[in-house]
Amino acid sequence: MNPPGHIYLDYAATTPVDPQVLEAMLPYFSQVFGNPSSIHTFGQRAEAALEQARETTARVLNCRPDEVIFTSCGSESDNLALRGAAHAAKKLHHACHILISPVEHHAVLHTAQQLARQEGFNLELVPVDEFGMVNPDDIASRLQPDTAIVSVMYANNEVGTINPIPEIGKICRQRGVAFHTDAVQAATYLPVDVNELNIDLLAIGAHKFYGPKGVGALYTRKGTPLIPSQTGGGQEFNLRAGTHNIPYIVGLAEAFRLAQTERRQRIEHLKPMRDYLISQVLEAIPDARLTGHPSQRLPNHASFVFDGVDGNALLMMLDVEGFACSSGSACKTGNPEPSDVLIAMGIPRSWALGSLRVTLGFQTTLGEIEAFLKALPSLIEKNRALGKRVAG
Amino acid sequence: MTSPKRVVIAMSGGVDSSVAAALLVQQGYEVIGMMLRLWSEPGVEADNRCCTPDAMAMARRIAGALDIPFYAVDAQQSFFDTVVTYFTNGYAQGVTPNPCLVCNRSIRWEFLLNRALALGAEFLATGHYARLLRDRLGQIQLLRAIDITKDQSYVLHVLGQDQLAHALFPVGEYTKPQVRQMARDYNLPVAERTESQDLCFLGGADYRSFLTRHTSPSQTAGEIRTRRGQVIGQHQGLSFYTIGQRKGLGIASQVPLYVLEKDISENILIVGEADELGAQELVARSINWVSGEPPSESFRTQVKIRYKAHDAWATVTLHDKSQLHVYFDEPQRDITPGQSAVFYIENVCLGGGVIQ
Repeated sequence: MNPPGHIYLDYAATTPVDPQVLEAMLPYFSQVFGNPSSIHTFGQRAEAALEQARETTARVLNCRPDEVIFTSCGSESDNLALRGAAHAAKKLHHACHILISPVEHHAVLHTAQQLARQEGFNLELVPVDEFGMVNPDDIASRLQPDTAIVSVMYANNEVGTINPIPEIGKICRQRGVAFHTDAVQAATYLPVDVNELNIDLLAIGAHKFYGPKGVGALYTRKGTPLIPSQTGGGQEFNLRAGTHNIPYIVGLAEAFRLAQTERRQRIEHLKPMRDYLISQVLEAIPDARLTGHPSQRLPNHASFVFDGVDGNALLMMLDVEGFACSSGSACKTGNPEPSDVLIAMGIPRSWALGSLRVTLGFQTTLGEIEAFLKALPSLIEKNRALGKRVAG
Repeated sequence: MTSPKRVVIAMSGGVDSSVAAALLVQQGYEVIGMMLRLWSEPGVEADNRCCTPDAMAMARRIAGALDIPFYAVDAQQSFFDTVVTYFTNGYAQGVTPNPCLVCNRSIRWEFLLNRALALGAEFLATGHYARLLRDRLGQIQLLRAIDITKDQSYVLHVLGQDQLAHALFPVGEYTKPQVRQMARDYNLPVAERTESQDLCFLGGADYRSFLTRHTSPSQTAGEIRTRRGQVIGQHQGLSFYTIGQRKGLGIASQVPLYVLEKDISENILIVGEADELGAQELVARSINWVSGEPPSESFRTQVKIRYKAHDAWATVTLHDKSQLHVYFDEPQRDITPGQSAVFYIENVCLGGGVIQ
């Protein structure tokens, strides 16, 4: 339930757990509580739930169940993919080139940067266009004989732009290079058939699609060499040690299944509201721009920059008026630096500092959007006056 | 029914601002917590007195306990440009600046106040020990705190009517022990932190080593002389010495010697015995009057020449709008250029200026 008078418009940050998902999870806390690695009946019942969840997840991904690795979150999945594939490729054929986009989530970017800094990998960033989109030709021209892994996010969290994943995947497949995509944002609304997408590794996190926080998964195509980071017991095909979090894994599978079966209805509900929001904001507010691609974007995602606006202050002003939004580079300590993603897209600094992300969910109503649109223009105006007063 | 008035409380995670927040909630205001992220020297951020990650976590917990929103506001660049630059420039010119005064004027009561007003707040509250008296003509007087040992009106004397019209100091009406008791009564999880008088951005480091890292070497060595002109040693640069300082002069002497004066134009440090320390007059510039106007051309007043100094009676004579002369009834020790002389009539803080 929302705090009274508050409207949630930050579904890209996280979503509430769907009551149907919660119900599916509840028996696995205190009733079916066994450790799936145990031999006895208690363990077997937990294992059955685990393997059922794996089967459900695999069906959505159109892959084999033994290609699904459960993890603790999307970031862990990204880490396992990058570290695991990079280490394996280095060990097997001395590959040490990593190719990623400059608009990756920090789970990918900081992992790749650490591999470069501490283990001597050679990290290269492909360019993106003004929408933050990667051109497959730029991948093709940069692949090298010693490329260990390519990672390009499916849909960007900050600006919502969808990348041409099948084309990039095809190029990597032809050249025999492992291809990872961070689908944490995309999995909620976009098709995730790993065969159509030509993907070797794909990361998801349940809390973005109305599942619980603290559980994720990594799709790993059979034959993609991976070296585990988390060692211990032999869980998850020796790729991710640690006792299984059964209720959360069950929750992920149920939420993922619902995301697929209800995908079209959800998009039909959201997209017209999203389009209305974008057109009204651009109309009502001077010096406003949409960031990210106008059509190739997540159906619930609207993101803007406003010239001469302090984005952090705007979020506070919105919150005080009861609207929960994000700048896209969420930072509670109020870091005044503009987002790397917006800078990589060539957006000028004075615009990039005034970023706003509004993301809708299936509880969002048109009334909420109207209330937001009514409040925003005067807040932007006040915010701009603030900048002038401080400067002057 | 009118909606409650909105107040932003500047929180530090400490007991004073936390109790101030609780009092405002109890008084029925719509309260919003804010914390400034200020600049620290790279490497010592974790030791900054008022905006460490620890302090921020504490302030968030307090805000959570009071069920009020809380936001961190980054002011690092503004703080560096105004406060730290003022500090280093002052020392480079051989005076002993008080950066807290600049912080109060430029960061709290300009940068933060503007943000509070933009959020639709009518007031900015802080945990300072001081009181305000709004008279019937709409004038606002700045008064010393009830707890005279904790009074902070000295650092607030730089404010004028425009700022005080939006100011609230909820703990100024209470003693420190009462405030501590209220923190317990409200069940606030505040840390009983030791209070430090050091500058926040030094993070406990010595200001002299900070200055060597952050100022150009205007600290040229020179002669140490007595009032009679006798050369008795070498100083390492005038910035490193404060009026009244005894230790660290590096002079062997039978009687304790004190820094009496810094002759900046000749780069000479003048020292002498304790009885030579006093001076009976001073000149101050950069004057602020809390009411906006001086009381008169010449007036009797009590003067504080440092934050922790005792009151001293004096006669103040205005030279012009930007400069005044203070003549003390008795000679005062440690009159320090760069610090402020602040004027009081009993409990009313009139304003003050920077000692030249």
